[in-house]
Amino acid sequence: MLMPDLLFELFSEEIPARMQARAAEDLKKMVTDRLVDAGLVYEGARAFATPRRLALTVQGIPARQPDLKEEKKGPRVGAPENAIAGFLKSAGLNSVDEARVEKDKKGDFYVALIEKPGRDAIDVIADMLPVIVRTFPWPKSMRWGERSERPGALSWVRPLHAMVATFGPETEEPTLVHFAVDGIESGFVTYGHRFLAPDPISVRHFDDYVAKLEKAKVVLDAERRREIIRTDAKNLAFAQGYELVEDEGLLAEAAGLVEWPVVLVGSFDETFLQIPGEVIQATIRNNQKCFVLRDPQTARLVNKFVLVSNMEAKDGGRAIVAGNERVIRARLSDAKFFYETDLKTRLEDRLHKFKDIVFHEKLGTQAARIARIEQLTGELAPLVGADVGKAKRAARLAKADLLTEVVGEFPELQGLMGRYYAQAQGEDEAVAHACEDHYKPKGPDDLVPSDPVSIAVALADKIDILVGFWSIDEKPTGSKDPYALRRAALGVIRIVLDNNLRLPLVAAFRRAIDGLLSTHSALINVDRLPVELLAFFADRLKVQLREQGARHDLVDAVFSLEGQDDLVLVVRRVAALGRFLDSDDGRNLLAGFKRAANILRIEEKKDNASYDGAPDEALYQLAEEKVLARAMAEVKAEAGRAVAGEDYESAMRAMAKLRPHVDAFFDKVTVNVDDRALRANRLKLLNEIRAATRAVADFSRIEG
Amino acid sequence: MSELPPYMRPERSFQGLILALQRFWADHGCVILQPYDMEVGAGTFHPATTLRALGPRPWNAAYVQPSRRPKDGRYGENPNRLQHYYQFQVILKPSPPDIQQLYLNSLYAIGIDPGIHDIRFVEDDWESPTLGAWGLGWECWCDGMEVSQFTYFQQVAGFECAPVAGELTYGLERLAMYVQGVDNVYNLNFNGREDNRKVTYGDVFLQAEQEYSRHNFEHSDYEMLFKQFSMAEEACRKYLADGWADKEKSRHLMVLPAYDQCIKASHVFNLLDARGVISVTERQSYILRVRELAKACGEAWLKTQAGGQG
Repeated sequence: MLMPDLLFELFSEEIPARMQARAAEDLKKMVTDRLVDAGLVYEGARAFATPRRLALTVQGIPARQPDLKEEKKGPRVGAPENAIAGFLKSAGLNSVDEARVEKDKKGDFYVALIEKPGRDAIDVIADMLPVIVRTFPWPKSMRWGERSERPGALSWVRPLHAMVATFGPETEEPTLVHFAVDGIESGFVTYGHRFLAPDPISVRHFDDYVAKLEKAKVVLDAERRREIIRTDAKNLAFAQGYELVEDEGLLAEAAGLVEWPVVLVGSFDETFLQIPGEVIQATIRNNQKCFVLRDPQTARLVNKFVLVSNMEAKDGGRAIVAGNERVIRARLSDAKFFYETDLKTRLEDRLHKFKDIVFHEKLGTQAARIARIEQLTGELAPLVGADVGKAKRAARLAKADLLTEVVGEFPELQGLMGRYYAQAQGEDEAVAHACEDHYKPKGPDDLVPSDPVSIAVALADKIDILVGFWSIDEKPTGSKDPYALRRAALGVIRIVLDNNLRLPLVAAFRRAIDGLLSTHSALINVDRLPVELLAFFADRLKVQLREQGARHDLVDAVFSLEGQDDLVLVVRRVAALGRFLDSDDGRNLLAGFKRAANILRIEEKKDNASYDGAPDEALYQLAEEKVLARAMAEVKAEAGRAVAGEDYESAMRAMAKLRPHVDAFFDKVTVNVDDRALRANRLKLLNEIRAATRAVADFSRIEG
Repeated sequence: MSELPPYMRPERSFQGLILALQRFWADHGCVILQPYDMEVGAGTFHPATTLRALGPRPWNAAYVQPSRRPKDGRYGENPNRLQHYYQFQVILKPSPPDIQQLYLNSLYAIGIDPGIHDIRFVEDDWESPTLGAWGLGWECWCDGMEVSQFTYFQQVAGFECAPVAGELTYGLERLAMYVQGVDNVYNLNFNGREDNRKVTYGDVFLQAEQEYSRHNFEHSDYEMLFKQFSMAEEACRKYLADGWADKEKSRHLMVLPAYDQCIKASHVFNLLDARGVISVTERQSYILRVRELAKACGEAWLKTQAGGQG
């Protein structure tokens, strides 16, 4: 026999596009979780959303809950009366005669056998759905209408009008799951497209629901609406010899604004193409939710746009296209006006306004920040191979576009507009590009600047913001990172590594601190700041390297050595260490190190002493001791020379030479001898292993 | 609509459009009010909306409200921006179940046929920091243009709306430009006549836009305005304090005059803001001061007859 299916629809006024997908998932989860909790294990479920409805189908639900048998342990025989009464009530028994008496170590106690016959699934569902409606987790919900003044009035994302809830096997006429929420009763009736098919439709099962909606000009599945829009938009573009500029975010939003997508093409005056393409696209996308088209040969925008309407209009869409064209014309006129107005003022002439704009209460004005960035850029420029004059000029101008009309209107164009305006006023190309590229990388997938001028400004910008917020103790915590400081630190790391820059970070931090101190005195913790900030970088680097498959403990092992603030070297050392530890020599040396460290830890604890002095050569008795001591002296020197020459492979090879001598030592030499002086000397020798390995890494941080 | 003389048709005449909307909402039982006789930033400030939205009594009203946004002045040079414009405001309390359909019918009444246009309800949460009010609703789009705001008031003056009122705000100039097919607001046909009897929006308002832009940005006497702000604030508080009928504050007898002073303070603040004499940090505190007045007025309103007391 076929198991029954549930069809559930919540029909409301227009649900915000951005909330639809999440709401469909929430609905599915709330219903299916409760089904499973109620012992109703279903076969499958799918949820859908359109601007006016949430819908859910759950297939293969057992018609009845399984019967439940449960033993409930009660109070001891002879317990106070109220304890027994409470037990009887909670177990649903009339008297103690209905309970069994069992024994344990402490004596006799009551046990109730509770038999709960399974209920019909439809009744369970009828109880569960109103609770789900009442507790639905909309990000923002509202009350409406006459009932809104009563206590406990229903709250929904927008007014809820109707609910469909049917239950039954697909081969049979389904049954109504009957319930009501705040005056709205479940039924078989829903409604089609607001304008194209507004009449009530009676629906039974999911299949027939989808088919009837489709006839009533509603495409239930957002994924399908998206594909219809994508395909139609591409085809319309292609038919005109153009190419759609795809935009997944916009596509999802457009699919959330229509039940029946109808894609149309409009155009605008060619003279608007004098405005930068990004400005045209931002105007048309943000304000009008339309797509732009480009010429596939030149990749430049053309004077066309694609709009997604919700209407099969009687005039074929003429009025809709004409209306949208008028709005876009007005919007582009504004954008053109903004752009042309911006071009009339040179970037440097805008800077004085930054004196009145507070960057952060405790860190002063934007003007002060720009001055700091300019200063720091000048100091970093020689270290990254940038022309100091150009780099400082770029730093001075890089933020000026924040005060332009276009960026005021479209904040996402910051930087890009700076480049356009810098080019328009005849700045050096490197300077102009730095206005845009100093913001990069904006995310993990964004490109890293490679021109030295851009690099200098980008580093100064990011280091200034990091040092600034560290100095006022506004560090990221948990999921809170309002100033995007993690992104800034990761940006510095990627710029340094991708460009193979030899930049000691602590010195750079100190320069930034000096810049801050010149205008701000009441800063906390400036002495410890470089070390703490470097630790934050180490954490970011670990995350970054882990994503590339490196072991995070190796990063720790390198960072815990003194003065590791040259990221390029850190990464090279980590890589060499990783390869070394993959070899037999590496693994065994690590094992030897761990053994030595273990013995030392135990003995030092026992003696409450530390054995970190130099061993006395005169006390060596066995050949293995002497050989190991000599080998360590050689290896330390050799590894030290290699490290100084940044040749970590050689340093590791030198380390490998220690391995047989360490093995031989443990093989032949007993550390815990009765002679106290001899024992102390041997422990000191073990400690030398710890010290020797520190030439390449802190082996105690390595796992395994 | 066909029996209307041509000069009264909404698609030819700005005043015809206003009259058609008034007629439509009158047919649905609304009280058709005249504009409030004070300067306000939006139709919502009219006591017929702000105060009447509070309390349990049903209330259905519609009116045109001239609205002043001193900062939006463009010396008459921008085809879309005005420092003085008209809103058509409808308030329905409690919000009727078919309010969306009523709204669509009202569009039909001014010549927007949903059979050939693309009408959409796009998320727009409304919040007025100065009024301590918020609601959820939409921008209503017609062929990609925002023609109205649609809000279910949840809170006004810091108080829950019980029951909830539905508020519709039509931007009249924009709507008229759309139905008349005009790209520049000053070219709107105001009276629906042709030839030498035609009066345009520019004939009526262009000079005013130029003069007020000069005033708002360059010449307004801000020292006087600062004083006026404080005076209005004090007067509002005084009238509210004096208006309690008894020590228990069970009834209030003078909310409306007090609320006028709150409106006054709000407009004066907008003028000061346009004049550029209020810094970013001060700005927030001025908004807060107006909100405190609005909240106090709302609290007193709930102790009046129209607010539900007796």
